[in-house]
Amino acid sequence: MTATADEEAARFHELLKAFEGRPAAIAGRAKDPVNEPMIRHWCEAMGDTSPAYTGPDAIAPPTMLQAWTMGGLSGHSDRSCAYDQLLALLDGAGCTSVVATDCEQEYLRPLRPGDAVTFDAVIESVSARKTTKLGTGHFVTTRMDVRANGEPAGTHRFRILKYRPAATTAQPARPLPPKQPARRPRPVINRDNHGFWEGVRAHRLLIQRCSSCATLRFPWLPGCNACASPEWGTVEASGAGTVFSYVVMHHPPFPAFDPPYAVALVELAEGVRMIGNITGVPYDKVRIGMPVRLEFLRVDEDLELPVFRGSEG
Amino acid sequence: MNVGDTLAPLEIPVTRTLIVAGAIASRDYQDVHHDAELARAKGSPDIFMNILTTNGLVGRYITDRLGPYAVLRKVAIRLGAPNYPGDTMTLSGTVTALNGNTAEIRVTGANGIGHHVTGTVTVTLGAEEVPA
Repeated sequence: MTATADEEAARFHELLKAFEGRPAAIAGRAKDPVNEPMIRHWCEAMGDTSPAYTGPDAIAPPTMLQAWTMGGLSGHSDRSCAYDQLLALLDGAGCTSVVATDCEQEYLRPLRPGDAVTFDAVIESVSARKTTKLGTGHFVTTRMDVRANGEPAGTHRFRILKYRPAATTAQPARPLPPKQPARRPRPVINRDNHGFWEGVRAHRLLIQRCSSCATLRFPWLPGCNACASPEWGTVEASGAGTVFSYVVMHHPPFPAFDPPYAVALVELAEGVRMIGNITGVPYDKVRIGMPVRLEFLRVDEDLELPVFRGSEG
Repeated sequence: MNVGDTLAPLEIPVTRTLIVAGAIASRDYQDVHHDAELARAKGSPDIFMNILTTNGLVGRYITDRLGPYAVLRKVAIRLGAPNYPGDTMTLSGTVTALNGNTAEIRVTGANGIGHHVTGTVTVTLGAEEVPA
């Protein structure tokens, strides 16, 4: 049936060719006169530092020619019916995508701030059906005559490809990964505290001790708050402690936590205090002064945390 | 300047910012030049540079290399491989014709996936560039 398909294509091309020579824009008028701010924004975007585009004798960069004629967000009010009909015809044939392929500009006189830009455009040619890497469609070429204060300033020939996108290999929607139970946040481990977390891995709760004045400190810090010495060693906590203070978390909820739960400030037998969860006791039975004992809770395959088991009564 | 001379290349890092800034400075609000999600919905892997920005960069390349007294007369470009964010486009130029003080320069802008732009620029040379 190739002949029929070719005949169909030829007939469609005849329809399209009927638009050649018809106007694409009639008595178009730039939304703004040529102006310094738009010139400066253009030069900033392009990284163009030519002195020709600044100062009292500034001209607009010639390559801005088309920019002055753009409809912007508010669109074109001067596009011709013929051009819209041509694009609609192509849309109807499945050529819904558009890409600009060629731009040929000739500059007849420089544009200067204050110039009023007007333009007319004509549909110069519509190609036969072409197959490109992007898809199959038709090239539409327009030629625009641009005037400044009524004098010819330049011509702008522009070619677009209106095409039917090449069939993209239908990709099945990517299956969502199986829902993982939420994981607790990871501790931030850095050079100042990594010794602490090494201790946790070995099920040892390590407290820093200043090598100069023997003051214990927790959490881990690079220097001593009492004497400022940066030298330190560690002592291992016995694991005994008491609840110094606590809160019960109800809200807000965090993934991986199951409210309500108690978070305590535990005073270790050695004298320093640390924050941890209380286990073994309902959240509403935690009390200040309650004796607790250190244990290590495996939260998930990568993380163990020191927590404190309370004993009621 | 002689026919066959080459211009020093110019490397343009194709950043997302350049693509968006160029599109907006040229008043081109087509979504494929600023909205990656909509660009992907239209089959493009990402946003890509619009032709007006390419045109502006080609013009800049010529006047950067030939000096502020060089005057652009014609710029004719054809686009090929799109300029996507993260790529680098290297512009290079060769003098293909010289007629009095008017030169014709063949320009190519190559990126990581091919020739983004090929074109011809006709330029009137400034006083210092006019051949003796």
